[in-house]
Amino acid sequence: MTAPPERAGGEPRLVPEAGTSSYYDRPVVKESVWGPDIPSYLFLGGLAGASSALAAGAQLSGHTELARVAKAGAAGAISLSLAALVHDLGRPARFVNMLRVLKVTSPMSVGTWIVSAYAPSAVAACLASRRLPQVGTPATIAAGAIGPAVAAYTSVLIADTASPAWHGAYRELPYMFVGSAATAAGGLGLLAVPPERARPAARLAVAGAAAELTAELLIERRLGQEAEPYRTGRSGALMRAGQVLAVAGAAGAVIGRRRRAVSAVSGVALLAGSAVTRFGVFAAGQASARDPKYTVGPQRRRALS
Amino acid sequence: MNATPSNPSATQPGLDPAAHAGWRDHPPRMGFFTDTSVCIGCKACEVACKEWNAVPEDGLLLTGMSYDNTQALGASTWRHVAFIEQSAVTVRPGADDGADAGDLRWLMSSDVCKHCTEAACLDVCPTGALMRTEFGTVVVQDDVCNGCGYCVSACPFGVIGRRQSDGGAHKCTLCYDRIGDGLHPACAQACPTESIQFGPLDELRERAQHRVAELHDAGRPEARLYGADPDDGIGGAGAFFLLLDQPEVYGLPPDPVVTTRDLPRMWRHAGLAAAGLAAAALAACLGRRA
Repeated sequence: MTAPPERAGGEPRLVPEAGTSSYYDRPVVKESVWGPDIPSYLFLGGLAGASSALAAGAQLSGHTELARVAKAGAAGAISLSLAALVHDLGRPARFVNMLRVLKVTSPMSVGTWIVSAYAPSAVAACLASRRLPQVGTPATIAAGAIGPAVAAYTSVLIADTASPAWHGAYRELPYMFVGSAATAAGGLGLLAVPPERARPAARLAVAGAAAELTAELLIERRLGQEAEPYRTGRSGALMRAGQVLAVAGAAGAVIGRRRRAVSAVSGVALLAGSAVTRFGVFAAGQASARDPKYTVGPQRRRALS
Repeated sequence: MNATPSNPSATQPGLDPAAHAGWRDHPPRMGFFTDTSVCIGCKACEVACKEWNAVPEDGLLLTGMSYDNTQALGASTWRHVAFIEQSAVTVRPGADDGADAGDLRWLMSSDVCKHCTEAACLDVCPTGALMRTEFGTVVVQDDVCNGCGYCVSACPFGVIGRRQSDGGAHKCTLCYDRIGDGLHPACAQACPTESIQFGPLDELRERAQHRVAELHDAGRPEARLYGADPDDGIGGAGAFFLLLDQPEVYGLPPDPVVTTRDLPRMWRHAGLAAAGLAAAALAACLGRRA
Protein backbone atom coordinates (compact mmCIF):
# COMPACT_ATOMS: atom_id res chain seq x y z
CA MET A 1 0.00 0.00 0.00
CA THR A 2 1.09 3.62 0.41
CA ALA A 3 4.75 3.82 1.36
CA PRO A 4 5.04 5.25 4.85
CA PRO A 5 6.87 8.57 4.99
CA GLU A 6 10.10 8.55 6.91
CA ARG A 7 10.26 10.32 10.20
CA ALA A 8 12.11 13.60 10.00
CA GLY A 9 15.77 12.98 10.67
CA GLY A 10 17.65 13.69 13.84
CA GLU A 11 14.79 13.13 16.25
CA PRO A 12 15.94 11.03 19.19
CA ARG A 13 13.48 8.55 20.70
CA LEU A 14 12.86 8.40 24.41
CA VAL A 15 12.85 4.62 24.35
CA PRO A 16 13.31 2.13 21.54
CA GLU A 17 10.18 1.62 19.48
CA ALA A 18 7.89 -0.81 21.27
CA GLY A 19 6.95 -4.13 19.68
CA THR A 20 4.84 -2.78 16.87
CA SER A 21 4.64 -5.72 14.55
CA SER A 22 1.11 -6.64 15.54
CA TYR A 23 -2.03 -5.53 17.32
CA TYR A 24 -1.87 -7.33 20.69
CA ASP A 25 -0.65 -10.44 18.82
CA ARG A 26 -4.11 -10.77 17.27
CA PRO A 27 -4.37 -12.57 13.92
CA VAL A 28 -4.58 -10.29 10.87
CA VAL A 29 -6.38 -12.82 8.68
CA LYS A 30 -9.03 -15.21 9.94
CA GLU A 31 -8.43 -18.89 10.49
CA SER A 32 -10.62 -21.06 8.30
CA VAL A 33 -13.98 -21.96 9.83
CA TRP A 34 -13.72 -25.39 8.20
CA GLY A 35 -13.73 -28.35 10.57
CA PRO A 36 -12.07 -31.79 10.27
CA ASP A 37 -14.55 -32.58 7.47
CA ILE A 38 -12.40 -30.61 5.06
CA PRO A 39 -8.98 -32.25 5.60
CA SER A 40 -10.89 -35.56 5.55
CA TYR A 41 -12.30 -34.54 2.18
CA LEU A 42 -8.84 -33.54 0.92
CA PHE A 43 -7.78 -37.14 1.66
CA LEU A 44 -10.95 -38.90 0.47
CA GLY A 45 -11.28 -36.81 -2.70
CA GLY A 46 -7.66 -37.58 -3.54
CA LEU A 47 -8.14 -41.28 -2.82
CA ALA A 48 -11.26 -41.33 -5.02
CA GLY A 49 -9.78 -39.38 -7.92
CA ALA A 50 -6.53 -41.32 -8.12
CA SER A 51 -8.35 -44.64 -7.62
CA SER A 52 -10.56 -43.89 -10.62
CA ALA A 53 -7.50 -43.12 -12.75
CA LEU A 54 -5.90 -46.36 -11.56
CA ALA A 55 -9.17 -48.28 -12.16
CA ALA A 56 -9.37 -47.09 -15.76
CA GLY A 57 -5.76 -48.06 -16.42
CA ALA A 58 -6.17 -51.40 -14.66
CA GLN A 59 -9.33 -52.23 -16.61
CA LEU A 60 -7.72 -51.35 -19.95
CA SER A 61 -4.66 -53.48 -19.14
CA GLY A 62 -6.66 -56.42 -17.84
CA HIS A 63 -5.92 -56.11 -14.12
CA THR A 64 -9.54 -56.98 -13.35
CA GLU A 65 -9.27 -57.54 -9.63
CA LEU A 66 -7.34 -54.32 -9.04
CA ALA A 67 -9.81 -52.41 -11.23
CA ARG A 68 -12.74 -53.70 -9.19
CA VAL A 69 -11.13 -52.72 -5.87
CA ALA A 70 -10.13 -49.26 -7.14
CA LYS A 71 -13.65 -48.60 -8.45
CA ALA A 72 -15.19 -49.62 -5.14
CA GLY A 73 -12.68 -47.43 -3.28
CA ALA A 74 -13.43 -44.47 -5.53
CA ALA A 75 -17.20 -44.81 -5.18
CA GLY A 76 -17.00 -45.21 -1.42
CA ALA A 77 -14.53 -42.37 -0.91
CA ILE A 78 -16.43 -39.88 -3.05
CA SER A 79 -19.71 -40.74 -1.30
CA LEU A 80 -18.11 -40.06 2.08
CA SER A 81 -16.61 -36.88 0.60
CA LEU A 82 -20.00 -35.53 -0.39
CA ALA A 83 -21.35 -36.23 3.07
CA ALA A 84 -18.36 -34.42 4.65
CA LEU A 85 -18.73 -31.44 2.32
CA VAL A 86 -22.42 -30.97 3.03
CA HIS A 87 -21.91 -31.54 6.76
CA ASP A 88 -19.26 -28.81 6.97
CA LEU A 89 -21.57 -26.11 5.59
CA GLY A 90 -23.00 -23.56 8.02
CA ARG A 91 -26.36 -24.18 6.33
CA PRO A 92 -26.25 -27.75 4.97
CA ALA A 93 -29.82 -27.61 3.61
CA ARG A 94 -28.64 -24.98 1.14
CA PHE A 95 -25.96 -27.13 -0.45
CA VAL A 96 -27.81 -26.89 -3.77
CA ASN A 97 -27.10 -23.15 -3.88
CA MET A 98 -23.65 -24.23 -5.07
CA LEU A 99 -25.33 -25.26 -8.32
CA ARG A 100 -27.00 -21.94 -9.14
CA VAL A 101 -23.82 -20.42 -10.66
CA LEU A 102 -20.52 -21.38 -12.22
CA LYS A 103 -17.75 -18.97 -11.25
CA VAL A 104 -14.26 -19.52 -12.61
CA THR A 105 -12.89 -17.17 -9.93
CA SER A 106 -14.10 -19.58 -7.23
CA PRO A 107 -12.21 -22.87 -6.96
CA MET A 108 -15.06 -24.14 -4.78
CA SER A 109 -17.57 -23.44 -7.54
CA VAL A 110 -15.39 -25.03 -10.20
CA GLY A 111 -14.73 -27.96 -7.86
CA THR A 112 -18.43 -28.44 -7.20
CA TRP A 113 -19.06 -28.86 -10.92
CA ILE A 114 -16.07 -31.17 -11.33
CA VAL A 115 -17.29 -33.36 -8.46
CA SER A 116 -20.86 -33.20 -9.78
CA ALA A 117 -19.66 -34.70 -13.05
CA TYR A 118 -17.31 -37.13 -11.35
CA ALA A 119 -19.35 -38.65 -8.53
CA PRO A 120 -22.12 -40.21 -10.69
CA SER A 121 -19.48 -41.64 -13.07
CA ALA A 122 -17.49 -43.13 -10.20
CA VAL A 123 -20.58 -44.69 -8.62
CA ALA A 124 -21.85 -45.99 -11.98
CA ALA A 125 -18.40 -47.43 -12.75
CA CYS A 126 -18.51 -49.34 -9.47
CA LEU A 127 -22.09 -50.61 -9.68
CA ALA A 128 -22.50 -51.32 -13.40
CA SER A 129 -19.16 -52.77 -14.45
CA ARG A 130 -20.16 -56.39 -14.03
CA ARG A 131 -23.81 -56.52 -15.04
CA LEU A 132 -24.06 -53.60 -17.45
CA PRO A 133 -20.67 -53.22 -19.17
CA GLN A 134 -22.19 -50.93 -21.81
CA VAL A 135 -22.71 -48.44 -18.96
CA GLY A 136 -19.84 -49.51 -16.72
CA THR A 137 -17.03 -49.22 -19.24
CA PRO A 138 -17.79 -45.65 -20.41
CA ALA A 139 -18.37 -44.68 -16.76
CA THR A 140 -14.99 -46.16 -15.81
CA ILE A 141 -13.28 -44.17 -18.57
CA ALA A 142 -15.15 -40.98 -17.63
CA ALA A 143 -14.36 -41.34 -13.93
CA GLY A 144 -10.73 -42.11 -14.82
CA ALA A 145 -10.52 -38.96 -16.92
CA ILE A 146 -12.18 -36.64 -14.38
CA GLY A 147 -10.63 -38.26 -11.29
CA PRO A 148 -7.24 -36.52 -11.58
CA ALA A 149 -9.03 -33.17 -11.69
CA VAL A 150 -10.83 -34.05 -8.44
CA ALA A 151 -7.49 -34.95 -6.86
CA ALA A 152 -5.75 -31.76 -8.06
CA TYR A 153 -8.34 -28.99 -7.67
CA THR A 154 -8.47 -29.25 -3.88
CA SER A 155 -4.95 -27.79 -3.78
CA VAL A 156 -6.24 -24.68 -5.56
CA LEU A 157 -9.20 -24.63 -3.17
CA ILE A 158 -6.95 -24.04 -0.17
CA ALA A 159 -4.21 -22.09 -1.98
CA ASP A 160 -6.71 -19.46 -3.14
CA THR A 161 -7.01 -18.00 0.36
CA ALA A 162 -5.23 -15.43 2.50
CA SER A 163 -3.82 -18.19 4.72
CA PRO A 164 -0.04 -17.62 4.37
CA ALA A 165 1.12 -21.27 4.42
CA TRP A 166 -1.54 -22.28 1.87
CA HIS A 167 -1.29 -19.36 -0.53
CA GLY A 168 2.49 -19.24 -0.28
CA ALA A 169 2.74 -22.86 -1.46
CA TYR A 170 0.34 -22.54 -4.42
CA ARG A 171 2.96 -23.71 -6.93
CA GLU A 172 3.87 -26.90 -5.06
CA LEU A 173 0.57 -27.92 -3.46
CA PRO A 174 -1.02 -29.34 -6.66
CA TYR A 175 1.90 -31.76 -7.11
CA MET A 176 1.93 -32.63 -3.42
CA PHE A 177 -1.82 -33.31 -3.55
CA VAL A 178 -1.80 -35.55 -6.65
CA GLY A 179 1.24 -37.33 -5.21
CA SER A 180 -0.58 -37.90 -1.94
CA ALA A 181 -3.67 -39.04 -3.87
CA ALA A 182 -1.61 -41.54 -5.88
CA THR A 183 -0.03 -42.80 -2.66
CA ALA A 184 -3.47 -43.40 -1.14
CA ALA A 185 -4.91 -45.11 -4.23
CA GLY A 186 -1.84 -47.31 -4.53
CA GLY A 187 -2.10 -48.10 -0.83
CA LEU A 188 -5.71 -49.21 -1.17
CA GLY A 189 -4.77 -51.50 -4.07
CA LEU A 190 -1.94 -53.07 -2.06
CA LEU A 191 -4.18 -53.57 0.95
CA ALA A 192 -7.00 -55.30 -0.92
CA VAL A 193 -5.28 -57.15 -3.77
CA PRO A 194 -2.54 -59.81 -3.47
CA PRO A 195 0.80 -58.26 -4.48
CA GLU A 196 1.34 -60.38 -7.59
CA ARG A 197 -1.86 -58.89 -9.07
CA ALA A 198 -1.34 -55.38 -7.64
CA ARG A 199 1.87 -54.33 -9.38
CA PRO A 200 0.33 -51.17 -10.92
CA ALA A 201 -0.80 -50.11 -7.44
CA ALA A 202 2.72 -50.54 -6.08
CA ARG A 203 4.22 -48.53 -8.94
CA LEU A 204 1.65 -45.75 -8.55
CA ALA A 205 2.25 -45.59 -4.81
CA VAL A 206 6.03 -45.29 -5.21
CA ALA A 207 5.67 -42.57 -7.86
CA GLY A 208 3.11 -40.76 -5.71
CA ALA A 209 5.30 -40.83 -2.62
CA ALA A 210 8.22 -39.49 -4.65
CA ALA A 211 6.13 -36.62 -6.04
CA GLU A 212 4.70 -35.79 -2.63
CA LEU A 213 8.06 -35.72 -0.86
CA THR A 214 9.67 -33.70 -3.66
CA ALA A 215 6.91 -31.10 -3.50
CA GLU A 216 7.32 -30.85 0.27
CA LEU A 217 11.05 -30.34 -0.15
CA LEU A 218 10.42 -27.57 -2.68
CA ILE A 219 8.03 -25.83 -0.28
CA GLU A 220 10.77 -25.83 2.35
CA ARG A 221 13.31 -24.50 -0.14
CA ARG A 222 11.26 -21.86 -1.94
CA LEU A 223 9.02 -20.42 0.74
CA GLY A 224 10.39 -18.22 3.45
CA GLN A 225 8.77 -17.73 6.81
CA GLU A 226 5.42 -19.07 5.52
CA ALA A 227 6.90 -22.60 5.37
CA GLU A 228 7.65 -22.65 9.09
CA PRO A 229 4.27 -24.18 10.14
CA TYR A 230 5.03 -27.15 7.85
CA ARG A 231 7.89 -28.13 10.16
CA THR A 232 6.93 -26.78 13.59
CA GLY A 233 4.20 -27.49 16.11
CA ARG A 234 1.34 -29.94 15.64
CA SER A 235 1.22 -29.33 11.88
CA GLY A 236 4.95 -30.04 11.60
CA ALA A 237 4.56 -33.28 13.57
CA LEU A 238 1.74 -34.38 11.27
CA MET A 239 3.79 -33.57 8.17
CA ARG A 240 6.76 -35.56 9.51
CA ALA A 241 4.50 -38.52 10.38
CA GLY A 242 3.10 -38.37 6.83
CA GLN A 243 6.61 -38.41 5.36
CA VAL A 244 7.72 -41.37 7.49
CA LEU A 245 4.58 -43.34 6.59
CA ALA A 246 4.96 -42.54 2.88
CA VAL A 247 8.61 -43.63 2.82
CA ALA A 248 7.91 -46.76 4.85
CA GLY A 249 4.86 -47.60 2.74
CA ALA A 250 6.71 -47.11 -0.53
CA ALA A 251 9.61 -49.26 0.71
CA GLY A 252 7.17 -51.95 1.82
CA ALA A 253 5.48 -51.87 -1.58
CA VAL A 254 8.79 -52.69 -3.22
CA ILE A 255 10.03 -55.21 -0.64
CA GLY A 256 6.67 -56.96 -0.26
CA ARG A 257 6.26 -57.87 -3.90
CA ARG A 258 5.91 -61.54 -3.01
CA ARG A 259 4.63 -61.32 0.53
CA ARG A 260 0.97 -60.57 1.04
CA ALA A 261 1.31 -59.44 4.66
CA VAL A 262 4.14 -56.97 3.99
CA SER A 263 2.30 -55.62 0.98
CA ALA A 264 -0.95 -55.16 2.90
CA VAL A 265 0.76 -53.45 5.83
CA SER A 266 2.54 -51.09 3.46
CA GLY A 267 -0.87 -50.35 1.90
CA VAL A 268 -2.19 -49.31 5.29
CA ALA A 269 0.90 -47.14 5.88
CA LEU A 270 0.43 -45.43 2.51
CA LEU A 271 -3.25 -44.71 3.18
CA ALA A 272 -2.51 -43.44 6.68
CA GLY A 273 0.40 -41.35 5.40
CA SER A 274 -1.79 -39.64 2.82
CA ALA A 275 -4.48 -38.87 5.40
CA VAL A 276 -2.01 -37.58 7.98
CA THR A 277 -0.32 -35.37 5.37
CA ARG A 278 -3.65 -33.74 4.45
CA PHE A 279 -4.38 -33.02 8.11
CA GLY A 280 -0.84 -31.64 8.41
CA VAL A 281 -1.28 -29.27 5.47
CA PHE A 282 -4.62 -28.16 6.86
CA ALA A 283 -3.16 -27.55 10.32
CA ALA A 284 -0.20 -25.65 8.84
CA GLY A 285 -2.54 -23.24 7.07
CA GLN A 286 -4.52 -22.68 10.24
CA ALA A 287 -1.38 -22.09 12.30
CA SER A 288 -0.10 -19.58 9.74
CA ALA A 289 -3.39 -17.67 9.86
CA ARG A 290 -3.43 -17.61 13.67
CA ASP A 291 -0.03 -15.98 14.11
CA PRO A 292 0.15 -12.46 12.65
CA LYS A 293 3.90 -12.74 11.99
CA TYR A 294 3.24 -15.01 8.99
CA THR A 295 0.94 -12.40 7.46
CA VAL A 296 2.87 -9.27 8.38
CA GLY A 297 6.45 -10.51 7.96
CA PRO A 298 6.36 -11.59 4.30
CA GLN A 299 4.23 -8.58 3.31
CA ARG A 300 6.54 -6.18 5.09
CA ARG A 301 9.57 -7.69 3.34
CA ARG A 302 7.76 -7.49 -0.01
CA ALA A 303 6.85 -3.86 0.60
CA LEU A 304 10.48 -3.04 1.38
CA SER A 305 11.98 -4.91 -1.57
CA MET B 1 -27.45 -21.38 -14.27
CA ASN B 2 -26.27 -17.81 -14.73
CA ALA B 3 -22.75 -16.62 -15.17
CA THR B 4 -22.30 -14.17 -12.33
CA PRO B 5 -20.20 -11.10 -12.98
CA SER B 6 -17.23 -11.15 -10.70
CA ASN B 7 -14.03 -9.34 -10.05
CA PRO B 8 -11.14 -9.33 -12.47
CA SER B 9 -8.12 -11.37 -11.59
CA ALA B 10 -5.68 -9.02 -13.27
CA THR B 11 -4.66 -5.57 -12.17
CA GLN B 12 -6.88 -2.89 -13.62
CA PRO B 13 -6.07 0.45 -12.02
CA GLY B 14 -8.95 2.84 -11.89
CA LEU B 15 -11.42 0.05 -12.46
CA ASP B 16 -15.07 0.90 -11.92
CA PRO B 17 -16.22 -2.17 -9.99
CA ALA B 18 -19.96 -1.51 -10.34
CA ALA B 19 -19.71 -1.20 -14.13
CA HIS B 20 -17.50 -4.26 -14.23
CA ALA B 21 -20.20 -6.19 -12.36
CA GLY B 22 -22.74 -5.24 -15.02
CA TRP B 23 -24.45 -2.18 -13.50
CA ARG B 24 -25.40 0.42 -16.09
CA ASP B 25 -26.11 4.08 -15.26
CA HIS B 26 -25.05 3.42 -11.72
CA PRO B 27 -24.48 6.08 -9.02
CA PRO B 28 -20.90 7.08 -8.17
CA ARG B 29 -18.83 4.65 -6.12
CA MET B 30 -19.42 5.36 -2.46
CA GLY B 31 -17.06 4.67 0.40
CA PHE B 32 -15.62 5.53 3.78
CA PHE B 33 -12.63 7.68 4.63
CA THR B 34 -11.72 6.94 8.24
CA ASP B 35 -9.41 9.66 9.51
CA THR B 36 -7.92 8.06 12.61
CA SER B 37 -6.12 11.28 13.60
CA VAL B 38 -9.39 12.65 14.96
CA CYS B 39 -10.83 9.41 16.37
CA ILE B 40 -11.51 9.75 20.10
CA GLY B 41 -12.35 6.08 20.67
CA CYS B 42 -15.96 6.69 21.74
CA LYS B 43 -17.23 3.57 19.93
CA ALA B 44 -20.41 5.34 18.85
CA CYS B 45 -19.79 3.78 15.42
CA GLU B 46 -19.77 0.27 16.89
CA VAL B 47 -23.02 0.90 18.75
CA ALA B 48 -24.79 2.64 15.88
CA CYS B 49 -23.83 -0.18 13.52
CA LYS B 50 -25.13 -2.86 15.86
CA GLU B 51 -28.36 -0.93 16.48
CA TRP B 52 -29.17 -0.16 12.86
CA ASN B 53 -28.20 -3.50 11.39
CA ALA B 54 -29.61 -5.56 14.30
CA VAL B 55 -26.26 -7.32 14.67
CA PRO B 56 -26.41 -9.70 17.65
CA GLU B 57 -24.26 -9.42 20.76
CA ASP B 58 -21.07 -11.45 20.38
CA GLY B 59 -19.55 -11.78 23.81
CA LEU B 60 -19.07 -9.37 26.69
CA LEU B 61 -15.64 -9.70 28.20
CA LEU B 62 -12.66 -7.71 29.37
CA THR B 63 -9.65 -8.42 27.21
CA GLY B 64 -6.94 -6.33 28.80
CA MET B 65 -6.26 -4.79 25.38
CA SER B 66 -6.51 -1.17 26.52
CA TYR B 67 -10.13 -0.05 26.01
CA ASP B 68 -10.67 -2.56 23.22
CA ASN B 69 -13.06 -5.26 24.42
CA THR B 70 -14.43 -5.81 20.92
CA GLN B 71 -11.20 -7.47 19.72
CA ALA B 72 -11.71 -7.87 15.98
CA LEU B 73 -14.06 -7.55 13.06
CA GLY B 74 -16.24 -10.59 12.44
CA ALA B 75 -19.69 -11.88 11.62
CA SER B 76 -21.24 -9.86 14.44
CA THR B 77 -18.79 -6.94 14.60
CA TRP B 78 -18.83 -4.70 11.54
CA ARG B 79 -17.05 -1.71 13.11
CA HIS B 80 -14.17 -2.27 15.50
CA VAL B 81 -12.36 0.49 17.35
CA ALA B 82 -8.71 -0.36 18.00
CA PHE B 83 -6.86 1.22 20.93
CA ILE B 84 -3.07 1.35 20.90
CA GLU B 85 -1.11 2.72 23.81
CA GLN B 86 2.42 3.51 22.73
CA SER B 87 5.09 4.36 25.22
CA ALA B 88 7.68 5.38 22.63
CA VAL B 89 7.10 8.96 21.54
CA THR B 90 9.37 10.98 19.35
CA VAL B 91 10.74 14.06 21.06
CA ARG B 92 10.02 17.09 18.99
CA PRO B 93 12.09 20.00 20.30
CA GLY B 94 10.04 23.14 20.40
CA ALA B 95 6.77 21.35 19.80
CA ASP B 96 3.95 22.93 21.74
CA ASP B 97 1.26 20.30 21.13
CA GLY B 98 2.15 18.42 24.25
CA ALA B 99 3.31 15.33 22.41
CA ASP B 100 6.64 15.32 24.22
CA ALA B 101 5.16 16.01 27.62
CA GLY B 102 4.47 12.41 28.51
CA ASP B 103 5.65 9.07 27.30
CA LEU B 104 2.24 7.81 26.17
CA ARG B 105 0.66 8.14 22.78
CA TRP B 106 -2.88 6.96 22.06
CA LEU B 107 -3.81 5.65 18.67
CA MET B 108 -7.46 4.96 18.01
CA SER B 109 -8.92 3.69 14.78
CA SER B 110 -12.33 2.46 13.72
CA ASP B 111 -11.78 -0.51 11.40
CA VAL B 112 -14.37 -1.70 8.89
CA CYS B 113 -14.77 -3.84 5.75
CA LYS B 114 -12.59 -2.36 3.00
CA HIS B 115 -15.10 -2.96 0.15
CA CYS B 116 -12.13 -3.82 -2.09
CA THR B 117 -12.05 -3.03 -5.81
CA GLU B 118 -10.78 -6.58 -6.28
CA ALA B 119 -12.64 -8.38 -3.53
CA ALA B 120 -11.38 -11.87 -2.68
CA CYS B 121 -14.56 -12.74 -0.72
CA LEU B 122 -16.70 -11.98 -3.74
CA ASP B 123 -14.36 -13.79 -6.12
CA VAL B 124 -14.33 -17.06 -4.18
CA CYS B 125 -18.01 -17.17 -3.13
CA PRO B 126 -19.38 -20.32 -4.83
CA THR B 127 -23.07 -19.44 -4.60
CA GLY B 128 -23.09 -15.83 -5.79
CA ALA B 129 -24.32 -14.77 -2.33
CA LEU B 130 -21.64 -12.07 -2.21
CA MET B 131 -22.40 -9.42 -4.78
CA ARG B 132 -21.25 -6.02 -6.00
CA THR B 133 -23.84 -3.29 -5.51
CA GLU B 134 -24.52 -0.33 -7.80
CA PHE B 135 -22.50 1.77 -5.32
CA GLY B 136 -19.43 -0.41 -5.89
CA THR B 137 -19.71 -1.91 -2.42
CA VAL B 138 -19.67 -5.63 -1.53
CA VAL B 139 -22.69 -7.17 0.19
CA VAL B 140 -23.68 -10.69 1.36
CA GLN B 141 -27.17 -11.80 0.31
CA ASP B 142 -28.17 -13.71 3.41
CA ASP B 143 -30.94 -15.66 1.66
CA VAL B 144 -28.41 -17.14 -0.79
CA CYS B 145 -25.39 -17.79 1.49
CA ASN B 146 -25.04 -21.47 2.40
CA GLY B 147 -22.33 -20.92 4.97
CA CYS B 148 -19.45 -22.60 3.12
CA GLY B 149 -17.01 -20.23 4.86
CA TYR B 150 -14.73 -19.76 1.85
CA CYS B 151 -14.95 -15.95 2.03
CA VAL B 152 -13.68 -16.08 5.63
CA SER B 153 -10.36 -17.62 4.56
CA ALA B 154 -10.06 -15.51 1.43
CA CYS B 155 -10.35 -12.03 2.97
CA PRO B 156 -6.83 -10.56 3.29
CA PHE B 157 -8.02 -8.32 6.15
CA GLY B 158 -9.82 -10.93 8.30
CA VAL B 159 -13.05 -8.95 8.06
CA ILE B 160 -15.83 -11.39 7.23
CA GLY B 161 -16.90 -14.17 9.58
CA ARG B 162 -19.43 -16.99 9.87
CA ARG B 163 -22.02 -16.57 12.58
CA GLN B 164 -22.51 -19.54 14.89
CA SER B 165 -26.20 -18.88 15.48
CA ASP B 166 -27.37 -18.89 11.85
CA GLY B 167 -24.45 -20.52 10.01
CA GLY B 168 -24.18 -17.70 7.47
CA ALA B 169 -21.40 -15.25 6.58
CA HIS B 170 -21.89 -11.64 7.58
CA LYS B 171 -20.05 -8.35 7.27
CA CYS B 172 -20.47 -4.58 6.81
CA THR B 173 -22.93 -3.69 4.04
CA LEU B 174 -21.89 -0.01 4.04
CA CYS B 175 -25.54 0.35 5.11
CA TYR B 176 -26.86 -0.63 1.68
CA ASP B 177 -30.40 -0.01 2.92
CA ARG B 178 -29.59 3.52 4.09
CA ILE B 179 -27.39 4.83 1.28
CA GLY B 180 -29.95 3.70 -1.30
CA ASP B 181 -32.30 6.14 0.42
CA GLY B 182 -29.82 9.01 0.44
CA LEU B 183 -28.90 8.54 4.10
CA HIS B 184 -25.40 8.17 5.50
CA PRO B 185 -24.32 4.82 6.97
CA ALA B 186 -25.15 4.55 10.66
CA CYS B 187 -21.51 4.66 11.83
CA ALA B 188 -20.67 7.80 9.84
CA GLN B 189 -23.91 9.41 11.02
CA ALA B 190 -23.06 8.69 14.65
CA CYS B 191 -19.38 9.69 14.56
CA PRO B 192 -19.06 12.88 16.64
CA THR B 193 -15.68 13.99 15.25
CA GLU B 194 -16.13 13.17 11.57
CA SER B 195 -13.38 10.62 11.87
CA ILE B 196 -15.68 8.44 9.73
CA GLN B 197 -16.55 10.26 6.54
CA PHE B 198 -18.93 8.90 3.94
CA GLY B 199 -19.26 10.04 0.34
CA PRO B 200 -18.31 9.48 -3.30
CA LEU B 201 -14.94 7.73 -3.26
CA ASP B 202 -13.28 10.22 -5.66
CA GLU B 203 -14.13 13.12 -3.37
CA LEU B 204 -13.02 11.24 -0.28
CA ARG B 205 -9.64 10.43 -1.84
CA GLU B 206 -9.10 14.07 -2.71
CA ARG B 207 -10.10 15.19 0.75
CA ALA B 208 -7.78 12.59 2.31
CA GLN B 209 -4.77 13.75 0.26
CA HIS B 210 -5.45 17.26 1.45
CA ARG B 211 -5.70 16.12 5.06
CA VAL B 212 -2.39 14.23 4.89
CA ALA B 213 -0.64 17.30 3.47
CA GLU B 214 -2.17 19.36 6.26
CA LEU B 215 -0.88 16.96 8.92
CA HIS B 216 2.59 16.83 7.34
CA ASP B 217 2.69 20.64 7.41
CA ALA B 218 1.62 20.54 11.04
CA GLY B 219 4.64 18.43 11.92
CA ARG B 220 3.05 14.98 11.79
CA PRO B 221 5.20 13.27 9.14
CA GLU B 222 3.93 9.87 10.28
CA ALA B 223 0.48 10.49 8.77
CA ARG B 224 -0.14 8.25 5.77
CA LEU B 225 -3.06 6.91 3.79
CA TYR B 226 -3.87 3.21 3.78
CA GLY B 227 -5.95 1.63 1.02
CA ALA B 228 -6.32 4.81 -1.04
CA ASP B 229 -4.05 3.73 -3.91
CA PRO B 230 -5.86 2.11 -6.90
CA ASP B 231 -2.56 0.44 -7.84
CA ASP B 232 -2.25 -1.54 -4.62
CA GLY B 233 -2.82 -5.29 -4.19
CA ILE B 234 -6.60 -5.00 -3.94
CA GLY B 235 -7.07 -2.34 -6.61
CA GLY B 236 -7.74 0.22 -3.90
CA ALA B 237 -10.19 0.03 -1.02
CA GLY B 238 -13.68 1.50 -1.03
CA ALA B 239 -13.11 2.16 2.67
CA PHE B 240 -9.67 3.60 3.30
CA PHE B 241 -7.84 5.12 6.26
CA LEU B 242 -5.50 7.82 7.45
CA LEU B 243 -3.08 6.19 9.89
CA LEU B 244 -0.44 7.58 12.22
CA ASP B 245 1.77 4.49 12.32
CA GLN B 246 2.50 1.33 10.35
CA PRO B 247 -0.66 -0.57 9.34
CA GLU B 248 0.31 -3.67 11.33
CA VAL B 249 0.26 -1.61 14.53
CA TYR B 250 -3.49 -1.29 13.97
CA GLY B 251 -3.83 -4.97 13.06
CA LEU B 252 -3.95 -4.24 9.33
CA PRO B 253 -1.85 -6.16 6.77
CA PRO B 254 0.98 -3.93 5.43
CA ASP B 255 0.73 -4.99 1.78
CA PRO B 256 -2.32 -7.20 1.12
CA VAL B 257 -2.78 -8.75 -2.32
CA VAL B 258 -6.06 -10.31 -3.41
CA THR B 259 -5.41 -14.07 -3.55
CA THR B 260 -7.24 -14.50 -6.89
CA ARG B 261 -4.52 -12.57 -8.73
CA ASP B 262 -2.50 -15.80 -8.65
CA LEU B 263 -5.46 -18.01 -9.56
CA PRO B 264 -4.61 -18.46 -13.27
CA ARG B 265 -1.14 -19.69 -12.24
CA MET B 266 -2.70 -21.99 -9.63
CA TRP B 267 -5.01 -23.57 -12.22
CA ARG B 268 -2.08 -24.05 -14.59
CA HIS B 269 -0.11 -25.94 -11.95
CA ALA B 270 -3.19 -27.97 -10.98
CA GLY B 271 -3.81 -28.85 -14.64
CA LEU B 272 -0.24 -30.03 -15.05
CA ALA B 273 -0.45 -32.02 -11.82
CA ALA B 274 -3.74 -33.66 -12.90
CA ALA B 275 -2.26 -34.59 -16.28
CA GLY B 276 0.74 -36.03 -14.46
CA LEU B 277 -1.50 -38.17 -12.25
CA ALA B 278 -3.43 -39.49 -15.26
CA ALA B 279 -0.19 -40.32 -17.06
CA ALA B 280 1.29 -41.97 -13.97
CA ALA B 281 -1.82 -44.12 -13.44
CA LEU B 282 -1.74 -45.32 -17.06
CA ALA B 283 2.01 -45.88 -17.05
CA ALA B 284 1.78 -47.89 -13.83
CA CYS B 285 -0.60 -50.30 -15.59
CA LEU B 286 1.70 -50.90 -18.53
CA GLY B 287 4.16 -53.73 -18.55
CA ARG B 288 4.03 -57.39 -17.87
CA ARG B 289 1.13 -58.91 -16.03
CA ALA B 290 1.98 -61.49 -13.43
